[in-house]
Amino acid sequence: MPWQFDNERPIYTQLLEKIRIRIISGQYPAGNRLPSVRELAAEAAVNPNTMQRALAELERSGLIYSQRTSGRYVTEDESLVSFIRESVAQEKIHSFYEEMKQLGYSREETMNLLNKDKGGSST
Amino acid sequence: MNSILECSHVNKRFGRKEVLHDVNIQIEPGHIIGLLGPNGSGKTTLIKLACGLLTPSEGDIRILGEPAGPSSKLKIAYLPDKSCLSDWMKVSQIVDMFHDFYSNFDRIKAYEMLGRLDIDPKLKLKTLSKGTKEKVQLILVMSRKADLYLLDEPIGGVDPAARDYILQTILTNYNEEGSILISTHLIADVEQVLDRVIFLKEGRVVLDSSVDDIRIQNRKSVDELFREVFSC
Repeated sequence: MPWQFDNERPIYTQLLEKIRIRIISGQYPAGNRLPSVRELAAEAAVNPNTMQRALAELERSGLIYSQRTSGRYVTEDESLVSFIRESVAQEKIHSFYEEMKQLGYSREETMNLLNKDKGGSST
Repeated sequence: MNSILECSHVNKRFGRKEVLHDVNIQIEPGHIIGLLGPNGSGKTTLIKLACGLLTPSEGDIRILGEPAGPSSKLKIAYLPDKSCLSDWMKVSQIVDMFHDFYSNFDRIKAYEMLGRLDIDPKLKLKTLSKGTKEKVQLILVMSRKADLYLLDEPIGGVDPAARDYILQTILTNYNEEGSILISTHLIADVEQVLDRVIFLKEGRVVLDSSVDDIRIQNRKSVDELFREVFSC
């Protein structure tokens, strides 16, 4: 199945996000080799150059690194992975609060609702 | 390093009708480019010029540094917008014919793709549906190891599921040092496969940009931008 993309944003940033999630969720574990650009592009059904750009961008963030001959690897730095994991989680929480605000809920009311949610109790 | 395709100041007139006007295009290796435009904008004419079926009224077209002509036919794999195969032939006979014609044709690859799309090579072309015929043609073209693939409306007649497979086929089979130029109206279907698009409007290039640059600048997809630029 080709990956799905939304229309308003560049494809490479969306690829980057999807691969980042695979890394922070452990689907691509720390220190492991990533599939090649070609393989990833074929899986996502996107242009290899676009995939290349997404991976180059991820490399800049330090989450992956390339070894000249053998391809790209996920960083061995697990604290970096969990740091990025947490910042992605923060982003999601922020946008969730934003959406709740549009519905007219304050932060506290949102928290109360969250706690009332089945299985959502924090205690 | 030569460009794969270079059009400089190309004009094409049919009688008094000017179909292409001052077209300048350069295609480097390793790209998949969409040639997009409404009906009658000159897409097919441009593709025919590039493969040497037509000659420009003015301007210059070069394939890997050489003018389009007999020697460029081996470097270009062309999918015409209309079927050019004989109806009475069997699929297997057509594969043989392509094998005879083109030294860069890979017969094994062709049979692999036919198998994957469930096309029986023993069938005669006239017994196949329109969509299946199109698939056969595309398979023949993509089974060549060419420098430039010119695909004129490759997915127009096939169903959405086969469309996905065909795009996969294009992605996984093109020669990495080669480039592909695809003309189509089905932009939403091919958008993520392209890395660059060229918009033709009334014979002129009105946009030549990377897909992601378009998305960054306009905050919309190429498909949406096309509908805006060419709204009737």
